Amino acid sequence: MTATPTPATRGLVEITGVRKSFGATEVLKGVSLTVEPGGVAVIVGPSGSGKSTLLRTINHLEKVDGGHISIDGKLVGYEIRGQKLHELREKDILKQRTEIGMVFQNFNLFPHLTALENVAEAPVVAQGRSKEEARRRGLELLDRVGLKDRAGAYPRQLSGGQQQRVAIARALALDPKILLFDEPTSALDPELVNEVLDVIRELAKSGTTLIIVTHEMGFARDVADTVVFMDQGQIVEQGTPQQIFTNPQEPRTRSFFSKVLEPAFNI
Amino acid sequence: MSSATSRVAQVRPAPTVEPATTAEAGAAAAAPGQAATETASVTGSNLPSGGGLPPEGTARIAADYSSYRVVAAKHPWRWVGTAAVALGVLAVAWSLATNPRWEWGVVAQWFTAQSVVNGLLETLKLTAISGILGFVLGFILALMRLSASPLLVSVSWTFSWIFRSTPLLVQLLLWYNLGYLYEKISLGIPFTDVRFFEVQTTTLISQFAAAVLGLTLNQAAYSAEIIRGGILSVDQGQLEAAAALGIPAWRRSTRIVLPQAMRAILPTAFNEIIGLVKGTSIVYVLAYSELFYTVQVIYNRTQQVLPLLLVATLWYVVITSVLSVFQYYIERHYSKGAVRNLPLTPLQKARKFFATHAVTNRKSL
Ligand SMILES: Nc1ncnc2c1ncn2[C@@H]1O[C@H](COP(=O)(O)OP(=O)(O)OP(=O)(O)O)[C@@H](O)[C@H]1O
Ligand SMILES: [Mg+2]
Repeated sequence: MTATPTPATRGLVEITGVRKSFGATEVLKGVSLTVEPGGVAVIVGPSGSGKSTLLRTINHLEKVDGGHISIDGKLVGYEIRGQKLHELREKDILKQRTEIGMVFQNFNLFPHLTALENVAEAPVVAQGRSKEEARRRGLELLDRVGLKDRAGAYPRQLSGGQQQRVAIARALALDPKILLFDEPTSALDPELVNEVLDVIRELAKSGTTLIIVTHEMGFARDVADTVVFMDQGQIVEQGTPQQIFTNPQEPRTRSFFSKVLEPAFNI
Repeated sequence: MSSATSRVAQVRPAPTVEPATTAEAGAAAAAPGQAATETASVTGSNLPSGGGLPPEGTARIAADYSSYRVVAAKHPWRWVGTAAVALGVLAVAWSLATNPRWEWGVVAQWFTAQSVVNGLLETLKLTAISGILGFVLGFILALMRLSASPLLVSVSWTFSWIFRSTPLLVQLLLWYNLGYLYEKISLGIPFTDVRFFEVQTTTLISQFAAAVLGLTLNQAAYSAEIIRGGILSVDQGQLEAAAALGIPAWRRSTRIVLPQAMRAILPTAFNEIIGLVKGTSIVYVLAYSELFYTVQVIYNRTQQVLPLLLVATLWYVVITSVLSVFQYYIERHYSKGAVRNLPLTPLQKARKFFATHAVTNRKSL
């Protein structure tokens, strides 16, 4: 990271009583979570527990039905005027999103643009930077994820791990306060997982707030300040990796970890 | 072609398909895969011998085939097929060239005649204008159809429904005779008497205007569906990623979605354009002197029906061929990033063909 000060002063995420339903099923049932500036929160939990949905509400890709989310004290997607919450216009939502980077499970790189073009696109059109500056910064970021020499390659000419690293560089290009990762390694072959996790480990030290959904428990223990266990649309338990992995209080947490943690990890 | 074959042929044969020597070797069970081992124990013969098998237990030394000469696979039936087709083509060409009733002299005489060329230019003009306007309008209709507004969706749907379900001929005649239905066309404030200007419909709708209007609106209805199909074929995640990056909606459509949709749109779009080139001949009902109408006028005068139809046909063939070349290169442009490596252009292929053959010839010396 070029200019982010440590300790971080920006990127406080406050999620308060967030509810979300799809049709009749309530997917988030009042979720509250605070992530400190520069903090690293790892969300774990069974499939369908609402992890992705929670992540998507943070950058307003998904509208909440109740509760609210704020970043550095500013509401996401709404504006307080008088006693009312006014929904922001598309333009302002897009502006907010530039402060929140997101990395997807299946990368979602733009296949018709080169690695560098993928990284340099948003700074130009969303932040109005000059093309030259975006290019230079793009190369810097590609270098940071170890892909400077592949800048001209199209996504389909890259391995999965390389694609995901480009996607991380793309998210970083907007200098976000917060980075959201939705299972960044679960579409990858096992031997490619580490190259991506190493990049995220580096980011964790940089002072950007990270919120990561993952099934890589070893990585979660390494990198997290806070581990959050979600089940059926609720946060069941949260705490330091130490607390959650070795001494979970809730029976549901215990039974989940007894299934997912490999024996070697339990020692 | 031949270079590809030889590359395949150069791959060292897998040990298991080499001819077997002794059944005794089978007992060594040195075959690489479990399946091969099983086969070997059943047949007792299907085992590697390359380089000579050492006695059981020791590692096998990889065989060295580098001194062997590569013989390309032979395809006798391909040659038979090629010869048969070539013979057929030759026969057709012979009959075309020698049958005097085709009157090639007349064809040559009219092919570049001033009136024919003028007609050709009119055809090109009509195609270009109604093609471009049709696709632009089609793009707008497609976006309307995909929008969240129920009104826009139904307007777009109704447009396509009407123009796809009425014969183009009827549309053209209706536009041309609009003056009969509405004597004057005026611009003003609806439901009041305020008029900014007013014209006689017949002066506004010339043959040309009626032709362009009819062809454009008809084309737009079809293009809308083609473009909509292309847009739908782009992965939803692309839009989501673009939105998450704060890229504005218009830019999302033009920079992210459309270039990817183009791959699905182009082949059908070129079908449409090529159809339109010949489709313009329908405006002869308006006595509009494009290529086909011009030719008709000439043969009605000279009675040389067949050769003049050939003149028009040959021009349509020329236009279609040129468009096909454009299509190839435009499609190639948009396949950037969609295929791992761009296929060679015909020109590059030819160059490569001669280059590799030059090399093999030199080698065989
Ligand atoms: N757009 C949608 N429409 C309807 N239901 C949805 C939608 N998105 C998610 N859901 C439902 O919401 C629930 C939570 O989904 P979510 O993707 O958040 O789970 P998750 O915890 O991320 O699971 P996984 O670990 O499998 O990714 C699931 O039951 C899912 O079927
Ligand atoms: Mg998920």
